[in-house]
Amino acid sequence: MSDVALSKAFTEHESAAIRGDFAILSRTVRDGKPLVYLDSGATSHKPRQVLDAERAFYEQHNSAVHRGAHQLAEEATDAYESARETVARFIGAQAQEVVFTKNATEALNLVAYAFSNAAASGAMDGADPTVAARFALGEGDEIVITEMEHHANLVPWQELARRTGATLRWIGVTDDGRLDLNDLDTVITDRTKVVAFTHVSNVLGTINPVAAIVDRAHAVGALTVLDACQSVPHMAVDVVDLGVDFLAFSGHKMFGPMGIGVLWGRYDLLRAMPPFLTGGSMIELVHMESSTYAAPPQRFEAGVPMAAQAVGLAAACDYLSDLGMDRVTAHEEALTEALLAGLAQRRWVRVIGPVDGRDRSGVVSFVVEGVHPHDVGQILDDAGVAVRVGHHCAWPLHRRMKVTATTRATFAAYNTLAEVDALLTALDHVPAVFGVAL
Amino acid sequence: MRNLYQEIILEHAKRPHHAGLREPFNAQVHHINPTCGDEITLRVQLAGEGPSAVIADLSYDALGCSISTASTSVLADEVIGHTVEEALTSFSAMRRMLTSKGLDPGDEDEIGDGVAFVGVSKYPARIKCALLGWSAFTDALAQAGVDITKYALSSKTITRNTPEIP
Repeated sequence: MSDVALSKAFTEHESAAIRGDFAILSRTVRDGKPLVYLDSGATSHKPRQVLDAERAFYEQHNSAVHRGAHQLAEEATDAYESARETVARFIGAQAQEVVFTKNATEALNLVAYAFSNAAASGAMDGADPTVAARFALGEGDEIVITEMEHHANLVPWQELARRTGATLRWIGVTDDGRLDLNDLDTVITDRTKVVAFTHVSNVLGTINPVAAIVDRAHAVGALTVLDACQSVPHMAVDVVDLGVDFLAFSGHKMFGPMGIGVLWGRYDLLRAMPPFLTGGSMIELVHMESSTYAAPPQRFEAGVPMAAQAVGLAAACDYLSDLGMDRVTAHEEALTEALLAGLAQRRWVRVIGPVDGRDRSGVVSFVVEGVHPHDVGQILDDAGVAVRVGHHCAWPLHRRMKVTATTRATFAAYNTLAEVDALLTALDHVPAVFGVAL
Repeated sequence: MRNLYQEIILEHAKRPHHAGLREPFNAQVHHINPTCGDEITLRVQLAGEGPSAVIADLSYDALGCSISTASTSVLADEVIGHTVEEALTSFSAMRRMLTSKGLDPGDEDEIGDGVAFVGVSKYPARIKCALLGWSAFTDALAQAGVDITKYALSSKTITRNTPEIP
């Protein structure tokens, strides 16, 4: 185990305090067994601080944001907009570049629809023509994704290609679960208009080389979209350092509420983008014949927004900042190394993804040879260990790795080494039940 | 756990009966479980017409967990050589037990080894696994021209799988 990870991991005392903030971690499941929750990659639990922030909003400031002039309306609007500032600060962004969406999926669709809406009826009136031209997409143009994308960063681009006549291409994945950058220059070409890729694979745990891909994309004038759902909750993310044009993540995977996600975009780009969803709040002037639209981020936030969730998400950002993202990363690294080491000792287990620990996060997928992941998950569940089984919304990636499905353990700051042991102990029951030779 | 993975289920899963695709066949269907990616290709061959037609053969190629593999194996045991009417009665009985949340113990006369799957009814996420082959079978019958409308309520009641979460 790396010394850095060990020395910066949370102490037992600190871990106990963190776990104390998450009431659900003290419940039992399946006839009184302590819950061992290793499914934070699907959704994380929410600390008391986040729930308190939401409750305080509803009990003291509840009102429709950006409407009305009464005191509660002012307070609710303040709370919502200061939440935007907190979230922006958390990722090194400006508040006006942060758009609140329903989830990361909607954030990615918002960008995809900006392209096809621009293709159908042009970019926003008054947009800088050179910026507007970057969203013009049609036959002969290409969209580039990767073979390791979650369906949320795959299907919207397939659909965009279908609507516009553009061609979808992708960067392949190597046998050890990394992006194959050998053909980067042949996949990303002068025809490429947008490159959408994940920061961290939600199956393999691979941390992708953002700079190399961004450099190539920008060299050919393509826009870049980063799916940061599995990175923002687990490592310090700074949008300026990353150099991407758009970045999407969800609130519920980072101790925040369900029902809120974030799209960050460079402001000159957001300003040129036509709206995705339309209605109240996002307008400037409305006539019976036509309307004009507000500046970003309001242009992309139609309807009464999810103010309580925004407040909760800001509390989650504060919670993570208080823990220290460097320590969260180190803690999860220590857990990941312990799990990979434990799995390596079991010859009947095969990890799907990088096993060398380099550029790797706390997402560990594996198969037990000869046993279906649903069956593995059932045995673990019986011991109170909650993991994800299936293809984790990344079906093409599973096909590429030549597996139907996998069992996946994912970590968050509240997990412990004892929970890694609990998983391994429960896993050891699998071979006997299903008659696997050891 | 032993209640779910009864020995008879594990036996069927290890050595599924009547597995493999065979000719001739009247209809072939391909069903998937989008949650986990499990797949089955299933064929039926009928002899005769109407409800009294006999299922001369049921063959399949499946990729799935022990529950779905074993359940399809039991399906083949239960319906091959039986009339369409008897087979659909077995299907109804199997579905009734699986969706009963443990209240219906199942009737061995109707579903044979299928009674071993009673434990599945307490795990809502696994019911779809146990019904994958059975629902493919009813679909294949429909495609072979059998009127299954009396039983077709199935597609509504059997999709109680867990939703796909990113």
